[in-house]
Amino acid sequence: MSQAALRIQKISGHAGSIPGEDTQRQFTVCKLVDTTTCIGCKACEVACMEWNDLPFGETVFDNSYQTMPETRWNYWNLILFNEHEREDGNMMLLMRKDQCMHCAEPGCLEACPADGAIVQYTNGVVDFQQDKCIGCGYCITGCPFNIPKLNKETKRVYKCTLCSDRVSEGLEPACIKACPTGCLHFGSKDDMKLLAEQRAKQLREHSNYPDAGVYDPAGVGGTGVIYVLHDAKNPELYGGLPANPRVPRSVRLWKGPLKWLGNVAMIGGVLGLAVHYLRYGPKESEEERHPGGTP
Amino acid sequence: MKHEQVLPPGNVLRYTLNERITHWVAAGSYIYLLLTGLAFWSPWLFWLAMILGGGQISRLLHPWAGLIFFLSVAYMYKLWASQMGMTPNDKAWMDSVGHYIRNEDSQMPPAGRYNTGQKFLFWGFFWCAIALLLTGVVLWVPNWIPWSLRSLRYIAVILHPIAALLTIALFLIHIYMGVFAERGAFSAMIRGYVPAAFIRRFHPGWYEEIVGNSPSPRK
Repeated sequence: MSQAALRIQKISGHAGSIPGEDTQRQFTVCKLVDTTTCIGCKACEVACMEWNDLPFGETVFDNSYQTMPETRWNYWNLILFNEHEREDGNMMLLMRKDQCMHCAEPGCLEACPADGAIVQYTNGVVDFQQDKCIGCGYCITGCPFNIPKLNKETKRVYKCTLCSDRVSEGLEPACIKACPTGCLHFGSKDDMKLLAEQRAKQLREHSNYPDAGVYDPAGVGGTGVIYVLHDAKNPELYGGLPANPRVPRSVRLWKGPLKWLGNVAMIGGVLGLAVHYLRYGPKESEEERHPGGTP
Repeated sequence: MKHEQVLPPGNVLRYTLNERITHWVAAGSYIYLLLTGLAFWSPWLFWLAMILGGGQISRLLHPWAGLIFFLSVAYMYKLWASQMGMTPNDKAWMDSVGHYIRNEDSQMPPAGRYNTGQKFLFWGFFWCAIALLLTGVVLWVPNWIPWSLRSLRYIAVILHPIAALLTIALFLIHIYMGVFAERGAFSAMIRGYVPAAFIRRFHPGWYEEIVGNSPSPRK
């Protein structure tokens, strides 16, 4: 979905400059998910399907409240439930709204070879352009959060758009609008960060959560979705939220040094062979080289 | 081959029809793989995929072409592996490879049906084809690899281009030798036969076997 009001700052698989780069400044937008006030009602899941017109698929019951094991190509917003027993023996039902994190340094975009199939807007939203997607699935490998999913029928990859169509019109994403407890907030990254820190401080000082904190991982340059967690030291408890997510090292190696080395080797190889031919020529026989007898 | 090819006088059959077909199936699939692979390798070469029918088609067909390439290489293994074993003579050949590079072929130890460089080419392509197949299957269906086994994808995504780059090195040398440097080698792979003088010059060891009337040089 191309969003006319949004300017682009990064394009996947793109050679050359970025059209319209730096012609307009925008606030970096951010979703704030306060897991401590989420009640797991799944209104955000429904709103996401409604607004994005996603076809309904079968749910999977696995002895928990969770709708299905992980997000799907047509299910972009999923609350992950974890029945966690604390050290003091108390039970906690941890719930985290899982969706695309809209990383500042998106691994999907870095891994993508198709020109323009993944873009990052100036406001930080990372969006897939399915008309340009070639279905290679490298974004699946590049993502440290297990978000992009392939549709086997269309052979294109889909994920949360951060409702870029709504955001470009000045509206909040559908999930935010639907949240009944106010655990979801939307605004500029700076404002959301401030709000999240305030809430975490409140939890530390006025509730029994001394380890409460904000999840905004630096390994991917920060994310466009930040969480307030009761226990920021163990983000894995929240549906496997990685403690230190980063673009996989092999993807970095492949797109960085290997590409450089490979290009030099290929160009150098062709040039080297050409020079060899000019210097030594073909393997002629003695008769061909010295017609009329050996010198 | 049931029906022996009728050769012009003074010529020797170097590659049977079977071998030639296998070679060109491998060559055709490899060139398609190379062009589409280069399109995925660099944004500056993505236009290659456009020429070949678009990114989606290239992505769809690249794995199938890879399968054809692997099968043809596997069949080459059946055809040629027994003739590609390294011998003490190959060690001597490698020691004087500098002469070979400078076209001082008279100072080279006599090569057999395949010289040491050709043997390296064969084994290089063979092992790279296996690596490309294994990593390629992972890249073919990344969505089948569960999140818990994602390290497989991380390995594949780096090993596949490394193996491909190695084959490109082999491929460039192969084209250079077969088309430019060694006159007569290209038509050997087209028509199947070469003048006896070609054998005497480039594969003197094999020439000895044939002329010395050893029982069937082709096993």
